[in-house]
Amino acid sequence: MEATQPAVRLRNISKSFGQVQANTDVSLDINRGEVLALLGENGSGKTTLMNMLSGIYFPDSGTIEIDGKPVVIGSPKDAFDYGIGMIHQHFKLVNVFTATENIVLGLKEPGKLDLDAAAEKVKQICDLYGFDVDPHQKVYDMSVSQKQTVEIVKLLYRGAEILILDEPTAVLTPQETEKLFAVLRNMRDDGKAVIIITHKLNEVKDISDRVVVLRKGSYVGELVTADATTQEMTNMMVGRQVSLNIDRPDPEMKYRMERISVKNLTVKNREGITKLDDVSFSIFTGEILGIAGISGSGQKELLEAIAGLQPVENGSIEYHVDDETTEQLIGMDPLKIAGMGVVLSFVPEDRLGMGLVGSMDITDNMMLRSFRNGPLPFTDRSEPRHLAELVVDELDVNTPGVATPVRRLSGGNVQKVLVGREIAAAPTVLLSAYAVRGLDVNSSYVIYDLLNRQKGNGVAVVYVGEDLDVLLELCDRILVLCGGKVSGIVDGRTTTKNEVGLMMTRLGGGEVA
Amino acid sequence: MFDFLVSFIPRAVVQGIPLLYGSTGEIVTEKSGNLNLGIPGVMYVGGICGVIGSFLYERSLADPSQMNAALGILIPLLCCLLGSLLMGLLYCFLTVTLRANQNVTGLAMTTFGVGVGNFFGGSLIKLTGADVPSIALSATSNLYRTRLPFAAGLGWFGQVFLSYGFLAYAAIIIAVLVSYVLNHTRMGLQLRAVGEDPATADAAGINITRYKFIATCAGCMIAGLGGLYYVMDYANGVWSNDAFGDRGWLAIALVIFTIWRPNVSIGASILFGGLYILYLFIPTGKDLAVKELYKMLPYVVTIVVLVFSSLRNKRENQPPESLGLPYFREER
Repeated sequence: MEATQPAVRLRNISKSFGQVQANTDVSLDINRGEVLALLGENGSGKTTLMNMLSGIYFPDSGTIEIDGKPVVIGSPKDAFDYGIGMIHQHFKLVNVFTATENIVLGLKEPGKLDLDAAAEKVKQICDLYGFDVDPHQKVYDMSVSQKQTVEIVKLLYRGAEILILDEPTAVLTPQETEKLFAVLRNMRDDGKAVIIITHKLNEVKDISDRVVVLRKGSYVGELVTADATTQEMTNMMVGRQVSLNIDRPDPEMKYRMERISVKNLTVKNREGITKLDDVSFSIFTGEILGIAGISGSGQKELLEAIAGLQPVENGSIEYHVDDETTEQLIGMDPLKIAGMGVVLSFVPEDRLGMGLVGSMDITDNMMLRSFRNGPLPFTDRSEPRHLAELVVDELDVNTPGVATPVRRLSGGNVQKVLVGREIAAAPTVLLSAYAVRGLDVNSSYVIYDLLNRQKGNGVAVVYVGEDLDVLLELCDRILVLCGGKVSGIVDGRTTTKNEVGLMMTRLGGGEVA
Repeated sequence: MFDFLVSFIPRAVVQGIPLLYGSTGEIVTEKSGNLNLGIPGVMYVGGICGVIGSFLYERSLADPSQMNAALGILIPLLCCLLGSLLMGLLYCFLTVTLRANQNVTGLAMTTFGVGVGNFFGGSLIKLTGADVPSIALSATSNLYRTRLPFAAGLGWFGQVFLSYGFLAYAAIIIAVLVSYVLNHTRMGLQLRAVGEDPATADAAGINITRYKFIATCAGCMIAGLGGLYYVMDYANGVWSNDAFGDRGWLAIALVIFTIWRPNVSIGASILFGGLYILYLFIPTGKDLAVKELYKMLPYVVTIVVLVFSSLRNKRENQPPESLGLPYFREER
């Protein structure tokens, strides 16, 4: 290959938010015809760095060169003009617009707005790369993977040469991920520069040509993927030796009993659409029951129904206090469920939406669980503060102090606060949804460890996850949901990723219809 | 019945036009994600600014009835637009630049606008030294109320369709135009994107601040014309404090009633205008209490509409998604 210029050259980029240093003195090159993986823990500044390239943030210091020429990227529009396009973790799509309307949004094409011509052009791009997009479909009607496809088409429509994808596989099934990677390889062979931000090591191995590792906002080093091992990358990312195996202690058979039995559960959402259809299963003490499924297959409704937050159409949820006593949870007030000693700890899907109040500090968020305690109308602040300090300490939350509003913390740290609080409630049943969503390897292992410890204490743990590798390594049994129905319950020790993946997309994995 | 309609419809229309201006202006504003509850104040300021302009111009002439027609119309018109523009700029500066809470700012602007109107209205009334607490600008009003010369000869057709001043037709043209721009142009698409999801619009390279400023100021200027129309055309050039009433709030209710569509608002505002005056046409005899009940109609309808509109499920019929929320790119 001739001595070509790198497409992008970042030199000594630094950026801070208030007192938090997000990037320090980062320099790296991005080449055409190459897939570059940007690897790092949560809060290591991967997304921030790429946001500076795509014009969302502006660097405090440092220079950016594109094709050898120094440039200033002051806004997303500047980034477009240099052929840089970024697909964010949260899609940047207007829900009430059609695919085409979203794609042409912000373009300065001459002449009248002609959506029909634009739709035609969208179709051409789709045919070229093998996408499946209906140009006239509204975004709110689309699945996550369809939305992602629209995002990619949007960038290609604008003639982007440098594509940045921020954790693109977080919401995809293994099959969808394979499809995405095939498209990315197509684009690489087309001479485009592709950057993928991720902390999933198997994906790095699978798709990238080169890996750049960031740690605590600084550049640590880079590796050629073909020559690197997963262990090597992890060590660089974390900065020390880490064991990559998730423990799975065998359940204590001695005390094993059925804790919750769900029978013929049917749940409809507010629009009257059936989200759970005739679901039956049991949760045992001292085990981790994994729940797998494409997002929106009814996981949220299932946990909410057990926690008493979701009206139930039909069926029963029985909680076995001991061998003799059984309580019916349906129709019970969520507070009463907790009050009877039936403690359900719930980590909702949306960290800031349901579990925590963004503008309150860590201590106050801890108080959300305890403010009803005590006979007087006054609340006890010292205990929650101790708990907050404990959580910050134990889970290594990166924060200036317990008085910092939760909103200011990075995603992974918010997660740690939430999970830490729920586990501190000493539950008998721990329901957790996406407990490690967006968490890096190191923090994820802290969470797995916590869940395992709960399991060891005889807690019945339900773990709704999206990373199949983790589900397969962590859970004792895996319940697979498909469109609100139970597609099957498999043993986590003997099943395969492929089996679960197929069950997620087809009831019973296609063998039995 | 026919005679009733011929006399009723024109009165409903003149009642509806200020509402149409107000709702069109508010729709443009809300499409950019700004919930401007200051619209009643803006309309008030638009009205009083027109009055000030025309008052000063009429006073500068020896015989107001001989005034230059072009100046007589342009001076109040420009004064009104300028006053409303200033209100719009103030609102934008507070909510977009300083990211103040939109509800609080809007309500404060309404209080402020009404205060400004009454203050200057009161001062002008003092200046004229009249016995009645009002100012009559009949010369200017005559210009604003100029009808097509042949309209009177066309019987019921002329009365229903051609018996209005030019600002009434302008309101309808503006509403149609705004509808077209919102739904069929690049600018409209981008404006809607700003109101729905500013982060997305921003990532698409749209200047959020500029769109919010321009849409809100344009919206305020349109709404301000409603105040001008009310004084110069509907009220025959007579300004008295607080006479404008709560038309501004009805205009905001209309925005929801018409699900953010200015073209629908043309009919809806005339309907509301009709409800506003229906009590005058319903024979109630000497029982004034019943009359008061009929006066409640537009408000009752507004409440009923709000109840029904909150039951709507269709995504396209929801308010702009980021309505009322400030946007800050580096928010995390």
